[in-house]
Amino acid sequence: MIYDVNIDGADYRLELVREKAGWKCRLNGREVALDAVLTRANVLSIVIGGAAYEVKREATPLDLHFWVGSARYAAEVRDPRSLRSRRQAAGAADGIRKLVAPMPGKVVRLLVQEKAAVQAGEGVVVIEAMKMQNELKSPKKGVVQKILAAPGAAVNAGDVLAIVE
Amino acid sequence: MFKKILIANRGEIAVRVMRACRELGIPSVAVYSEVDRASLHVRHADEAYFIGPAAATESYLNIEKILQVARRGGADAIHPGYGFLSENARFARACQQAGIKFIGPTAEAMELLGSKTRARQAMERAGVPLVPGSARGLEFAEAAGVAKEVGYPIMLKAAAGGGGKGMRMVRAEEELGSAFETARSEAEHAFGDGELYIEKLIENPRHIEMQVLADEHGHTVWLGERECSVQRRHQKVLEESPSPIVDAEMRRRMGEAAVKVAQAGGYTNAGTVEFLVDANKNFYFLEVNTRLQVEHPVTEMVTGLDLVHLQIRIAAGEPLPFRQQEVQLRGHAMECRIYAEDPDNNFFPSPGKITLLLIPGGPGIRRDSGMYEGWSVPLEYDPLLAKLIGYGSDRRQTIMRLRRALHEYFVGGIKTNISLFRRILKNPEFMAGKLDTGFLDRLLASPETDPVKSEHPDIAAIAAGVFAVLEQATPTRNGSADAQTQPAKNGASGWKQAGRVESLQ
Repeated sequence: MIYDVNIDGADYRLELVREKAGWKCRLNGREVALDAVLTRANVLSIVIGGAAYEVKREATPLDLHFWVGSARYAAEVRDPRSLRSRRQAAGAADGIRKLVAPMPGKVVRLLVQEKAAVQAGEGVVVIEAMKMQNELKSPKKGVVQKILAAPGAAVNAGDVLAIVE
Repeated sequence: MFKKILIANRGEIAVRVMRACRELGIPSVAVYSEVDRASLHVRHADEAYFIGPAAATESYLNIEKILQVARRGGADAIHPGYGFLSENARFARACQQAGIKFIGPTAEAMELLGSKTRARQAMERAGVPLVPGSARGLEFAEAAGVAKEVGYPIMLKAAAGGGGKGMRMVRAEEELGSAFETARSEAEHAFGDGELYIEKLIENPRHIEMQVLADEHGHTVWLGERECSVQRRHQKVLEESPSPIVDAEMRRRMGEAAVKVAQAGGYTNAGTVEFLVDANKNFYFLEVNTRLQVEHPVTEMVTGLDLVHLQIRIAAGEPLPFRQQEVQLRGHAMECRIYAEDPDNNFFPSPGKITLLLIPGGPGIRRDSGMYEGWSVPLEYDPLLAKLIGYGSDRRQTIMRLRRALHEYFVGGIKTNISLFRRILKNPEFMAGKLDTGFLDRLLASPETDPVKSEHPDIAAIAAGVFAVLEQATPTRNGSADAQTQPAKNGASGWKQAGRVESLQ
């Protein structure tokens, strides 16, 4: 398998083959003597040339992080052959973007109406959790095509609140 | 001894009290709100009863409902934990009238110690050191004279006050007039009582408190101090015992003052006397917390006593099983309060599902927790998830053990303040024990000098690929976040499910 991996903004090309005895791994063309064992769900033990690492995976509906020891890395993984990956890569710069609730909470109020033009970073919806209010901002410049949040409604992490195009 | 104890609380403290009940062979009764059915305290109890909606005013603060459950379940005592109804004199009185023992002080003691000016007058009579100032309300005409006597800067405080309302700092005499007017009108609006008194301002004090224990037969002992100066917005974050600056002689003087305070207030059961300590190690009475404190484990570690066992035995009428001279302090203990909040985003609360929990262990580590993997932290309550307590033969060993334990500790799916403790425990000022209540604000305002090094992005990249390969090998996508948060419904097609999951991302 070939993956394009982005870690904290830097791109890596990773070639991985799982074999009977272990792994065949090339990172950016360089061979790596990888020994990896899944110790429990989301926890990987990696040994490379005697150096041992525990890696935790933290996946939320919004993002993906890997923790190596106590350091956290934001990650994106793409399989260059997958249709969805290609679509996502193309859509990242323009096209439709969703505004998603980062935490469970309650919609307090809407700051714009449908069809309104917004700047990147402009507030769209205010939600409240643990007695604090948080303004959710537009991920891009564009037009608010649809608002799916109603004031007073309870939302879960990952719920789509608005669509900006 | 009691036949059955109801715990009128939730979270880690409810679990803590239930553990003590089980150790004493007493069945425990949990109460829970709508959003707490799956919470850990319900799993630890022998009996559990639903008491109402998520809003605390309709559940954990509902006196009638809780007493009704106690009667129905046959509980003859109630432990209130901390927060909620723990310092509510009306609740203590209602328990007494219902013939149920409230595990804590009497309603009368709570009321006396709850009023700032009444407590101040009682402490003055008992000869307890107070922050210099006036023990009673003042007219403006007298205020200037009193202020001059104690010396600027001073604090104007509302007698009925709390929460910073009706409180003004005054640095010089010419500011007094307008500050007095605004503080008085603020106090009148907030409490319906404009009475003000004056206290000398103690700049950058330490916050040090003394644990006391009093039985119902007139015996009161002190159990050593806790240094609680590491605070953010008046909220304690880390506590330790002993304090880096308190020596045996000062400890004895503070302990004796605390016992005087408790006795002057007619206090029984476990309580905490808070003091402000200035740069010259003068200590002044601040207030009494008439409950078991969040940070009680540090005292348990250095005294070897179980405070909850003792609370229950005292409430059951037993005399204290030891005398002051038998209390011995040994070693050093420190507690980190693990909150569901994001230290990288202005400590914004972070409720949600805990997708991965790795728990530290090993020598000198105690963990009092209310969370488990797979549990969703509700958004309605206090964000305290757990307390990590380290114990060692001295302060340095305790700090190193906690650093090690924080390295092992992992809470995934929500944000926690674990990284903040890594920062505090490495700070040179903290290591040197140079603390005051402004310490944490200064630390947070300064740039991070020694951040966790991100030296293994290549390992993260490899791990990302390995997880992706392993995931493809398991057709049910076991272990992926999508599968965990949205389990396939019975009978739904896996392809349909996968399609939905893809379209959501």
